[in-house]
Amino acid sequence: MLVHSVFFYFFSIIAIFSSLMVITSRNTINSVFFLILDFISVGCLFIMVGAEFLGMIILIVYVGAVAVLFLFVVMMLNVAEQKQSWFIGRKSTHIPTGLIVSVLIFLELLVVVGGWKYKDDLMSSSTLVISNVSNTHQLGLVMYTDYILYFQIAGIILLLSMIGAILLTFRERSGVKKQSYLKQISRNPSSSIELKEVKFKSGVKIDD
Amino acid sequence: MITYINFLVQEIYKILFLLVPILVSVALIVWLDRRVWGLVQKRKGPNVVGPFGLLQTLADALKYIFKEIIIPASANKSVFILAPIVTMTLALVAWAVIPMSEELVLADINVGILYLFAVSSLGVYGIIMGGWASNSKYPFLGAIRSAAQMVSYEVSIGIIIINVLLCVGSLNLKDIVIAQKDLWYVIPLFPMFVIFFISALAETNRPPFDLPEAEAELVAGYQTEYSGMMYAMFWLGEYANILLMCAMGTILFLGGWLPIVDIYPINMIPAPIWMILKILFLFFLFALIKAIVPRYRYDQLMRLGWKIFLPFSLIYLVITASFLFFLDKLPEGNF
Repeated sequence: MLVHSVFFYFFSIIAIFSSLMVITSRNTINSVFFLILDFISVGCLFIMVGAEFLGMIILIVYVGAVAVLFLFVVMMLNVAEQKQSWFIGRKSTHIPTGLIVSVLIFLELLVVVGGWKYKDDLMSSSTLVISNVSNTHQLGLVMYTDYILYFQIAGIILLLSMIGAILLTFRERSGVKKQSYLKQISRNPSSSIELKEVKFKSGVKIDD
Repeated sequence: MITYINFLVQEIYKILFLLVPILVSVALIVWLDRRVWGLVQKRKGPNVVGPFGLLQTLADALKYIFKEIIIPASANKSVFILAPIVTMTLALVAWAVIPMSEELVLADINVGILYLFAVSSLGVYGIIMGGWASNSKYPFLGAIRSAAQMVSYEVSIGIIIINVLLCVGSLNLKDIVIAQKDLWYVIPLFPMFVIFFISALAETNRPPFDLPEAEAELVAGYQTEYSGMMYAMFWLGEYANILLMCAMGTILFLGGWLPIVDIYPINMIPAPIWMILKILFLFFLFALIKAIVPRYRYDQLMRLGWKIFLPFSLIYLVITASFLFFLDKLPEGNF
């Protein structure tokens, strides 16, 4: 048990420290790196409580894909050198807005966590009675039987947001030379080489 | 307390027993790579240092150790130093779950294949960090290219893994190998094996997909500013990753440590040797492809990943699932 708690405190201290560093570090790139560290330590905490599937999914989805995109955006926008004047600047308008949002989120969390006790049993999951089943199997048993509708709805929402994002950012630009791979592959000598009779002392026009 | 320390020492001993052979085999594999490359091009390849030139990599490593590490003045120092360390660590950490035989595995975890997938998807960070921290144009372009390439090909690798998992019914690597006792998955899932192999080439930035370090355009990509031991660490990490991809292909499709046919003289060969032989076979293919295939253009690479491999592996996933479902061959799941 001792080793277990040592590891628990190790990962949770790293998680809290890095999440603090995300919002306080001056360099935006460093913030993203601390965010990644935070994701990783939260994933480790998940694995420690026995939810190995969730932990691995956090590593794959958040660290392997989402954070890479974050890093891309931050690097591309070149905001790395921006000095933060959030807490220091006298005319900062961020503080009231930030306070309101964070108080709202905190209250919502309170309501949700406090109301947890009083919720009705919406779903009676009949399949979850076997106790010596691994975490991944349990998820699989429940997700595709009792919660299939919610699973599908989540999938459709994701698909819709993906289509929306593509639609919003898609714009047709004129004057772009596109390469058609079919044309490139299907070229052969007879269609791309032309023999010309060159008259003495008078050249040949090539593009006609 | 004593038991804990005892336990710790035992684990460290086991980890060393895993890491040292991997580092040695990475050195040998570099030699094999260059040798095959040379022989295909009718050269001799490295053949001077030691017997058959086997010690060439060791000599190279010594050279790198004694070279000066140069850090560019405008680089972000901490990230610059961290990048090769991250690459190398991630490449080695993944080996913890690879089973060499039924008993010979360091960490036999339930979600082994997910762990492998997660660690290989983290491999992008070493490259992005190296490219960005160098604060120079070529490394940055190389890093961006490489990250986009790795993220795209990971998607199809993930779907290929799901294909295999559907047939096995478990995420444990040992179970995956044992499920292939009668039939290696390379036979029913042959198209997936081909796509996995090509995606593995792209994932490890091997030719013909070595665009991040395309010499003609980007000098050496994200490694341009690195020198000495830090360059060597990138390089070791890269080869350890290649070896890891070969091991992954072996476990998913070529039946891991299982012998080719289970009859008397052949099944006397110990399991780890079979595993090593299969990994070497896949690596030999990697090395051959490096020598004989020209480099892809970047838009072709992206098109191949997103427009061909992804839809094809998705369709194959549906086919596999319906085949298993309608012929009533879905795995029971061992729980």
